[in-house]
Amino acid sequence: MTPAPGARAEAPPRPVTFPRLGGAALGRGLVTAYLSVIVLIPIAALVAKSTEGGLAEFWDSLTSPLAISALKLTLIASVIVTLINVVAGTAIAWVLVRDSFPGKRIVNSVIDLPFALPTVVAGITLLALYGTDSPVGINVAFTRAGVVMALLFVTLPFVVRAVQPVLLELDREMEEAAASLGAGPLTTFRRVILPNLTPAILAGAALAFARAIGEFGSLVLLSGNLPKTQVASLFIFAQIESGNTTGAAAVSVTLLVIALVVLLLIGRLTHWSLRHAR
Amino acid sequence: MLASPTVSRLGLRFFALGYLSLLLLIPVGMIVYRALEHGAGAALDQVTTPEALHAFYLTILIAAIAVTANTIFGIGCALLLVRSEFRGKALLNAAIDLPFAISPVVIGLSLYLLYGREGWFGGWLLDNGFQILFSLPGMVLATIFVSLPFVVREVVPVLHEIGDEQEQAAQTLGANWWQTFWRVTLPAIRWGVAYGVVLATARALGEFGAVAIVSGRVVGETETAPLWVWREFGQFNLTGAYAASLVLAMLAIGTLLAMNAFKRKEA
Repeated sequence: MTPAPGARAEAPPRPVTFPRLGGAALGRGLVTAYLSVIVLIPIAALVAKSTEGGLAEFWDSLTSPLAISALKLTLIASVIVTLINVVAGTAIAWVLVRDSFPGKRIVNSVIDLPFALPTVVAGITLLALYGTDSPVGINVAFTRAGVVMALLFVTLPFVVRAVQPVLLELDREMEEAAASLGAGPLTTFRRVILPNLTPAILAGAALAFARAIGEFGSLVLLSGNLPKTQVASLFIFAQIESGNTTGAAAVSVTLLVIALVVLLLIGRLTHWSLRHAR
Repeated sequence: MLASPTVSRLGLRFFALGYLSLLLLIPVGMIVYRALEHGAGAALDQVTTPEALHAFYLTILIAAIAVTANTIFGIGCALLLVRSEFRGKALLNAAIDLPFAISPVVIGLSLYLLYGREGWFGGWLLDNGFQILFSLPGMVLATIFVSLPFVVREVVPVLHEIGDEQEQAAQTLGANWWQTFWRVTLPAIRWGVAYGVVLATARALGEFGAVAIVSGRVVGETETAPLWVWREFGQFNLTGAYAASLVLAMLAIGTLLAMNAFKRKEA
């Protein structure tokens, strides 16, 4: 008999009921209450606000010219950023695992810096080098190129950190077999290595995309508050500032739905490709 | 061995390191230069004004409260997810990750709507003298929201890995729940907890978008360090903004060093 998809080979050990007696129920209640107060109820309030005036008003807010252009810019920039991350992130992970050079350990720990650096500092960091008084003569301040650059900065670690562990565990014998059968390095990479990396690349790309569509702090100074660089998060902020919370809520809910759908889809896709790789 | 020509290996190395340098290393180095351009004294004067000091104090205070709350929640929630079975577990597991998928601005707006005068909670709370928005509680709530998943996500895999034999042994020998947790479980998961705490702290110290909305940004009162940097940069006090950025960047680098230390201990 073939096991149902997702079934484990052996039954998992029976978990200890870890506080005994009524403790588990109490713990469950506390955890649920905390999560509800902090996360779930605020999101519910947001969704309620966005549809307060009915679906027609929701749609009107969403399809106002400014909202449309903000959402469009957000999606296009995030797709570009995700694609660049897929290539650059995989290359960086490759170099960190398969290459050796002096200072590799330092480079490896620096990868996480964008996660640790406050986002507004990330924006200022880029402006210090590529801003209006750039010492190298490149000025991306208040441009869409600047938006893409800031998003690349804050999403840098996702693909690298997803691919790196998989590459470390990858069995080199497969590559050696491919090479001994006459495959060139490119063929080996495309036919042997890449299929093994795909789930990790997709997972990292999804996280990078979800992060990119919501990014705010690194863009707030770089965008210069201009319509042409106004991504969705900046649009939402501007709407709140001018008192149009309904419009802000409509775009917020849209962003939220896009992020959740992408994460869910990629989760499914990763699961699928993992099963088909075997 | 894979017959990989040296040229392509060097090319790839050049590309990867070049990308990292242009996007990350040189810009971060520039912050140091810009902050100290007019001398360390000038930079120090900028970040030790009463307003700047208050902003740093507030940032550290909020991070301390938020991370403590999330650490207690994170350990409890991870134990629940790994060591017990109940209906809705998959749902709880998915809900934990929500803050990763939500823009900070959207988080800020959600709290703004909930605790504003017209909000579900805001009206009642205000009538009874509780000011959440534009004051410390709102900023703490926003920071807890954004840094919520880190400890849970670091502790869950560790709990899976250590298994529950030792816990069962302790309980068989007569240890109660608290003794088992304090003497057996906690020591085994401590590096996972530490790693999660470091990640949550980094996120909490740098939080910008959500706090920008719920704080109302009252100078000297509800202005955190990242908000201070933003305002000063906007007012062309570049030395001040770069100097405070450098302080925050140094905190981030400290975090990074702690992460590396804990990761090695964990392994």
